[in-house]
Amino acid sequence: MQDFGEAFRLAFQLVLTADPDLLEIIVLSLRVSLTAVAFSCLIGLPLGAALAIARFPGRPALIILLNALMGLPPVVVGLLIYLMLSNAGPLGWFQLLYTPTAMIIAQTVLITPIVAALCREVVEQLYSEYAEQFRSLCMTRRQAMSALLWDARYSLLTVGLAGFGRAVAEVGAVIIVGGNIDHLTRVMTTAIALETSKGNLALALALGLVLLTIALSVNAAVMMLRMTASRYAYA
Amino acid sequence: MTTPAPDASKPRIGGEVRGLVYRAGGANRIDGIDLALPKSSLTVVLGPNGAGKSLLLRLMHGLLEPAAGEILWDGKRLDERMRVRQAMVFQRPVLLRRSVGANIRFVLRLRGKATLEAVDSLLAEVGLEQLADQPARQLSGGEQQRLALARALALKPAVLFMDEPTASLDPAATASIESIVKRAHERGAKVIFVTHDLGQARRLADDIVFLNRGRLVEHTPAERFFDQPDSRQARQYLSGKLILD
Ligand SMILES: Nc1ncnc2c1ncn2[C@@H]1O[C@H](COP(=O)(O)OP(=O)(O)O)[C@@H](O)[C@H]1O
Ligand SMILES: [Mg+2]
Repeated sequence: MQDFGEAFRLAFQLVLTADPDLLEIIVLSLRVSLTAVAFSCLIGLPLGAALAIARFPGRPALIILLNALMGLPPVVVGLLIYLMLSNAGPLGWFQLLYTPTAMIIAQTVLITPIVAALCREVVEQLYSEYAEQFRSLCMTRRQAMSALLWDARYSLLTVGLAGFGRAVAEVGAVIIVGGNIDHLTRVMTTAIALETSKGNLALALALGLVLLTIALSVNAAVMMLRMTASRYAYA
Repeated sequence: MTTPAPDASKPRIGGEVRGLVYRAGGANRIDGIDLALPKSSLTVVLGPNGAGKSLLLRLMHGLLEPAAGEILWDGKRLDERMRVRQAMVFQRPVLLRRSVGANIRFVLRLRGKATLEAVDSLLAEVGLEQLADQPARQLSGGEQQRLALARALALKPAVLFMDEPTASLDPAATASIESIVKRAHERGAKVIFVTHDLGQARRLADDIVFLNRGRLVEHTPAERFFDQPDSRQARQYLSGKLILD
């Protein structure tokens, strides 16, 4: 049984001395999750905006589906992507399993619905205010969509941050498609899971501290964005 | 203040509605209106709250679909080609979450003619040139409405609809809006101005469209309307009585 106090001391030491192994894991985590967020925004924002202003028969059902997909269990996403990428799967030919790319794909699938659904909500709210003015200006759907996305920019940044927060903290999807391979696909969450089960509490705690700090920073950033937005009356 | 030259290429457009009906909430809110608005006049639409003034304006601008009847501009049915030549200022201005200048650039770009000079001269026209870089939604109510008006003028509209644009403004802001609208009219825009402020109607109107309960009560030249209106309802309204029928 390891001494908890000693574990904490070692954890702080790892963080404060910027231990190279620790850094490698953090950098990979950030790279995977930030890339996944970027792709999710690229897909999810236009999708959400289109859904916000379009009117068609299946729309309510689609919105319900999208909202339900927000709660996709990461392990299920991991499993599905695993099946797609494994040698027998339709995308097996690309040999992506157990690479950071596979992890990016899995996290993108996981958070695109979140970005799209939240974006739909934000943009629809804004559109209810702008719709008549836009109609008066004879704007096309495409013009309306891009104007709305721009005017919702502060809210959408917080949507992106929410997606990032979810991606960086999930473990189920990346551990299945990434495999937690040292120096290759080991990210913060998978490392914590592994090191804890191995009894190496110091590294696990150090990573936990970093994750907590990231979560705090994301929330602080969201708060600051909200304040900036309302200061300029852009909220 | 720079005043752009009169826009001679854009002759005024006259409007006409025939048998116009609009239904909402199980009732005819616009109830069979026939009306012909002359090209050259500044038309003021008057009537008590709930008379259907805003609905009439929205219908004539194509923001709402009538249940029955026709809307003609220059003798032709209202279509998108006519609608791009119209602009509307709403009672509560809807401004983009951008700077004052960006709000103008936005509509100029929609029509494919955004230039710096155009933005500057439009802002100067409404006296907002000093505020170009301010966030639009931080402006005072009067400034916001002037910006909304500048944005409407940026479209070089042949028809300018105004729906009680000064209802919540102080006298100075109101005067400023009125003089901008008059200038736009002098330069050739057909103006249709909704108000329930009698003083404002007297100051602006060439002709008065008087509505009550979704019906046209009378359409008369302004002088006659204020001196000896045709209808009993208008007389009641002018003498400050409530019209109960
Ligand atoms: N969507 C709607 N549903 C039900 N009633 C409506 C709707 N829109 C307008 N009305 C009613 O139609 C009448 C005329 O409205 P409006 O044109 O806004 O009046 P105003 O002359 O004050 O501008 C009002 O009694 C209003 O309550
Ligand atoms: Mg009204």
